[in-house]
Amino acid sequence: MGSQPRLIEVRKNVLKQNDIVARALRDQFREAGAFVVSMVSSPGSGKTMFLEKTLTLLRRNHRVAALVGDLATENDAIRLGRSQVPVKQIITGTLCHLEAAMVKNALEGWDLDQLDYLFIENVGNLVCPSSYDLGENLRLVLISVTEGEDKPLKYPTIFNSADVAVVTKMDLADAVEFDWDSAYANIQAVRPGMMVFRLSAKTGEGMGDYLDFLMKRLNEFRSAGVS
Amino acid sequence: MHELSIAMSIIELAEEESERRGAQVTAVHLKLGELSGVVKDALLGSFELACEQSSLRKARLVVEDIPIRIFCPKCDAQRPITSIQLFRCAVCGTPSAEVVQGRELEVIALEIEEWDHSPA
Repeated sequence: MGSQPRLIEVRKNVLKQNDIVARALRDQFREAGAFVVSMVSSPGSGKTMFLEKTLTLLRRNHRVAALVGDLATENDAIRLGRSQVPVKQIITGTLCHLEAAMVKNALEGWDLDQLDYLFIENVGNLVCPSSYDLGENLRLVLISVTEGEDKPLKYPTIFNSADVAVVTKMDLADAVEFDWDSAYANIQAVRPGMMVFRLSAKTGEGMGDYLDFLMKRLNEFRSAGVS
Repeated sequence: MHELSIAMSIIELAEEESERRGAQVTAVHLKLGELSGVVKDALLGSFELACEQSSLRKARLVVEDIPIRIFCPKCDAQRPITSIQLFRCAVCGTPSAEVVQGRELEVIALEIEEWDHSPA
């Protein structure tokens, strides 16, 4: 008796399990007519402030809710609770990213039919979340002027995986000598054609264009779902 | 650092095949795209670590790096890009975000060892 080494073909996507859950979520969102935006950024880029402003402004005319991923605390959910929309925290423990199954579990008991928008704030991290589909309709990458113009070149993978970019804290641009043209060129280098919004969540400057864009996308999403 | 959870998914996948075929997996062949978001060295280290705790024990991970390719509208062809920091056709310089290759994270083959019961 001897052993015979043999090569067998397999062809299996390693993240198949996540992708299956993400696909089911995407179907569920489409049926409910809920437009889902996921947000990725570095820690400290102002993601929670940006989301708080987005929720506060959108809730005037829309039904909105949010899921926020965090490593250990519920501070973000408490902060976002001030915007008076349903917010649920997903505490990931030591995990550096959200996975589709966590989104699915967090949504248990929620009536998606009652929503126009659902925002999913990923864990502050520009590396790991890029590999995981969450079933979202739009992936938004957020950077702030204080992070420097070359952020897209340092994290090309996440920028390439995103659908839209937002540059925030524009009220601090002069103070930190932020070079908008250079930042814009860097985003276009790693993701040609990507739409980029510049705004200040604090002062509200530029939020209008961004919200108009979200409403346009919601309309397109719903008319596509109907046909 | 999500490479450990990726490594564990790879091992799980290999273990399923191993059980199904009643054979020992000695190596896993993986296609790893430049845009997969997974760091090769971290994955290799994680795989080795996670293997020891599994039925795969000393199995090797053989990684095939898959470079990014885009569809260039001007060349009307699939082309490599200038660099991961510049998504332009390496041949004519036209920008393109249409990635046709480079996101792979796929187990393509397993090396298995079966006991040969046939008479010598």
